[in-house]
Amino acid sequence: MSELAWIDAALIAARPQAIGALLRYFRDLDTAEEAFQDACLRALKAWPRNGPPRDPAAWLILVGRNSGIDAARRASRHSELPPEEILSPLEDVEAPMAERLDGGDYRDDVLRLMFICCHPDLPPSQQIALALRIVCGLTVPQIARAFLVGESAMEQRITRAKTRIARADVPFETPGAADRADRLGAVADMAYLIFNEGYSAADDPQGDRATLCGEAIRLARLLLRLFPAEPEVMGLLALMLLQHARAAARVDSSGQIVLLEDQDRSLWNADMIAEGLALLDKALRHRRRGPHQTRAAIAALHARAATPEQTDWDQIQRLYAALEILEPSPVVTLNRAVAVSRASGAGEALAMIEPLEGRLAGYFYFFGVKGALLSQLGRSAEARTAFDRAIGLATTAAEAAHIRNHLDRLMKDSADAGA
Amino acid sequence: MLYAFLCYNNEDAVFSWTKEEDDAVMAGLHKVHQRLIEKKKFGPAVRLMPTTAATTLRKDTDPPLVLDGPYAETKEQLLGFYVIDCEDLEEALGVARDFAKANPGGAYEVRPLKLFLPGSFEK
Repeated sequence: MSELAWIDAALIAARPQAIGALLRYFRDLDTAEEAFQDACLRALKAWPRNGPPRDPAAWLILVGRNSGIDAARRASRHSELPPEEILSPLEDVEAPMAERLDGGDYRDDVLRLMFICCHPDLPPSQQIALALRIVCGLTVPQIARAFLVGESAMEQRITRAKTRIARADVPFETPGAADRADRLGAVADMAYLIFNEGYSAADDPQGDRATLCGEAIRLARLLLRLFPAEPEVMGLLALMLLQHARAAARVDSSGQIVLLEDQDRSLWNADMIAEGLALLDKALRHRRRGPHQTRAAIAALHARAATPEQTDWDQIQRLYAALEILEPSPVVTLNRAVAVSRASGAGEALAMIEPLEGRLAGYFYFFGVKGALLSQLGRSAEARTAFDRAIGLATTAAEAAHIRNHLDRLMKDSADAGA
Repeated sequence: MLYAFLCYNNEDAVFSWTKEEDDAVMAGLHKVHQRLIEKKKFGPAVRLMPTTAATTLRKDTDPPLVLDGPYAETKEQLLGFYVIDCEDLEEALGVARDFAKANPGGAYEVRPLKLFLPGSFEK
């Protein structure tokens, strides 16, 4: 690996901690970001010459803070800057700085930085964009490509989000235990939103949107490092790894989504599955169930099945039932019904989903599932009506194709079963 | 004399390598492994999962205390390690407790392996 690549990796890894600390000093997101950028530029000059510092984050925080203070002085006095050698004598200040950065402080810095990105005033799309820009350090063009929007639209979205945050009260005091738990929950949910944004990118499985999954996994890893004893954070990382492990098998050579039961399981990433299962194992020892752990447990049952036929659908439907209690939602019930149809038959599943129609009337997947269940029960005319509505509700070609594949397969199954 | 080589690096950086970068490093290492294997000098080698997958059993208390995360103290030193085939973390912690009864004091960090190379010592 080249020197530049190492420096780049170190800067990316240090970013949340460094910007989090700079935000605490300057109490202003733009100032903190500019100070960090400046520190990175200096690192690119200094590190190849002097070797990487022992603690890159501490180095960046110190240099960034000096640079931010200089910028503020420059702005207020319009005076000449002293020469750079005088400005930042960096070599011997590292160790005391690193000592001052005690673990608790830095943990709350990173959590605060992530937490302000999921401020309740911001719609989810702005939360995700802001987190990707500020915490992950993706460039605006990268984020714009990931969201399939133009650069200037994305620039505006991020600027609007920052303006809202600047007006809102950002809590800088050290949070109490209850506040910290609330923040952690909100931040974990945001990381899951980012993951889903990437995961649902059926139209672009290996491209820019898919990088969102990698970023979300990095955020979840960071959260778990900060909060090593939180079973929901373990569950969240496990869930992401178990789902992302299937990335290479989810799409065929023509770009079409491949359904779970049709996937070539030899393409699943065994390392990610092993790590996901190990994390879930750790989480379940705590016996404090939560939605992320439950979703991870469902993903784990799929990962453990060597063939689709070995899938433990009964256990999966029980886990969806547990998820319904933890996080009641008609979509969860719909998913449970799919598992029930595998475990106990289409009739029971159809009875479960019929009461949901009012609330899921705009959801293409609902009508896809309904049509499939009806066709399994031999009610072809009603099935066709449901399929038509499903296709009509699909918002992208990939979605429509996905549903069509799904339906074709379920229809074929029912035809096979009837044969 | 047998020597153990304990591998240290920044896991944030290493686990953010792309698959291509990781494969390139492993291919380079594999060449070195191969030379040692041919000379029957290569013993078991492992690559560990990240520290987030670790659980630590402190055995300076009775009963021992299970903590999530890696061993993070500096007052004790690494003195040895085992590789044990366990069904799950519960079984692994049971094994660690058995060791702890025979050898109290200090801690065991229990961390799943990402890669195990059995090696090629001559019997």
